[in-house]
Amino acid sequence: MYSRNGDKYFVVDGHCHFWDASPANWVPGAEQYAKGWIECFHAYMGLGPADTHWPLEKFQKYSEEDFVKDMFEDAGVDVGIFQSTYLKEWYTTGFNTAAENAKMAEKYPGKLIVNGRFDPREGEAGMRELEEDAKRYNLQGVKLYTAEWYKGSRGWKLTDPEAQMFLDKCKELGIKNVHVHKGPTIWPLDKDAFDVKDVDIAATSNPELNFIVEHVGLPRIEDFCFMATQEPNVYAGLAVVIGGLMHARPRFFAKVMGELLFWVGEDKMLFGSDYAIWEPKWQIDGFLDWDYPEGDDFSDYPRLDDAGKRKILGLNAAKLYGIEVPAEFQVAGAGDKEDAQLVESA
Amino acid sequence: MTRERVIDALAEVYDPELDEPITRLGFVSSCEVSPDGDVDVALRLPTPQCAPNFAFLMAADARTAVCRLPLARRVTIRLEDHYTGDEINAAIAGGEGFTGAFPGETDDDELGALRELFQRKALTARQAAVCEAMLAGGVDVGDLTRTVVADLPDDASVRRCLELRCALGIESGPDAPAFVLPDGEPLTADQLPRWLRMARLVRTSLEANGGICRSLLQVRHDLATDSQEG
Repeated sequence: MYSRNGDKYFVVDGHCHFWDASPANWVPGAEQYAKGWIECFHAYMGLGPADTHWPLEKFQKYSEEDFVKDMFEDAGVDVGIFQSTYLKEWYTTGFNTAAENAKMAEKYPGKLIVNGRFDPREGEAGMRELEEDAKRYNLQGVKLYTAEWYKGSRGWKLTDPEAQMFLDKCKELGIKNVHVHKGPTIWPLDKDAFDVKDVDIAATSNPELNFIVEHVGLPRIEDFCFMATQEPNVYAGLAVVIGGLMHARPRFFAKVMGELLFWVGEDKMLFGSDYAIWEPKWQIDGFLDWDYPEGDDFSDYPRLDDAGKRKILGLNAAKLYGIEVPAEFQVAGAGDKEDAQLVESA
Repeated sequence: MTRERVIDALAEVYDPELDEPITRLGFVSSCEVSPDGDVDVALRLPTPQCAPNFAFLMAADARTAVCRLPLARRVTIRLEDHYTGDEINAAIAGGEGFTGAFPGETDDDELGALRELFQRKALTARQAAVCEAMLAGGVDVGDLTRTVVADLPDDASVRRCLELRCALGIESGPDAPAFVLPDGEPLTADQLPRWLRMARLVRTSLEANGGICRSLLQVRHDLATDSQEG
């Protein structure tokens, strides 16, 4: 629980990691990619306040104590959701796999949720793995990277018939939340890895599933917004929006928030710190303090009050993941997709 | 030939994703001109992992722009500190397309389609800025959609709009409609409110994206913070 000036907030961090990107875990022959990847992440940390920056060495591999302190003690995160990222071509034991994440989750019961993955191009074997993972880790969600290369294939779409078979399997296994990474990728060259059209169609054909677009499709926020406004089961994952813009580019942050509140609405936006790229505490502090700057540029965006901030910080995600929230933290309407305001003209 | 001439030429090269000149974005890290007219330009992007497709387009466009200078002799464009820099530099030096940099892994047509997609977005965002300024200046909505290119003010935004229209094959003569939809059709008065709302979102997306790129470049190279915010 996050508390400040006597006010208490229930916080679900919808996007966090516990990774090992230390040189000891670099795959021989792929060192330059392993090194480049983590250094790129480290540069993003530079977009936060200077007193929250870490030296590269700590950033490559931080301890369990760091994680517990930054997430639970300092920031008061009630529940963190691990988005597993494998990258085994570069990191010998993986960057942060479901298996590693599950070890942490076991140590802190009720505090961490592990999300799995699938890739429809892995066929039968992939389907079996998803079944096993779902049982082993009690999966409620998966994180998907549609732009990843695999054996000569340059990515896949949620609308592929094979992908639909996996989505059907998710429903059967009780996996309700499909997080889709639409953002920077490693090796798709000529294509645009941010195209969200397939999410649009899949969300319509699978109303029982929730689709959370991570990083709100940044840098293609407009495509995401035009799509999300029409789909009641599409949500905005705010990781990178708050961490990358709130401190470094406050006026752009205000505009992006204004647009998201207008097109997507406060009932369908989910906080995510993207820890350890950024620590959650300063993000929560700043978000609670946040309001639009003065000026006509911001006058016709929807306002965000304390109840709205509570939804975004935790209540919306709690609803998607069936996390029990004590009555004292509740506000009306959190996470109700029926309440999500559809923009009439869009 | 002077270094200034080369920088001026590079100022005509745009980041296709952000629709801003690479010189203003700080992507040109060095530019040297020998007395004989040999030119050596180094480009650096916000991160070594920036998308290779856009990186290639900027490097290739930079080469085209500099080679167009009458006094330029040997022109070298180097993309520094990028994970596909070697492949891209070799292809650019040999005058090859994107498929030359990554044989069997890409398709030049797809790169062309991607560039066009972003030109249409950029046109929408730029026109909206022009349109908002005219509305704020008291122009009536009905009159606005009847204006033609000749009625537009002669400023940088308008000039860029016309460049983009030319590149996209959208008519841009003095009598052509001043404001067009992404497909080139004239904007009508009843479409205007919704078009403006959408166009503003496109602009916010471009600006926020550009802001992150600038900040990353500053962090990486310890540059002074700029104050360019909308």
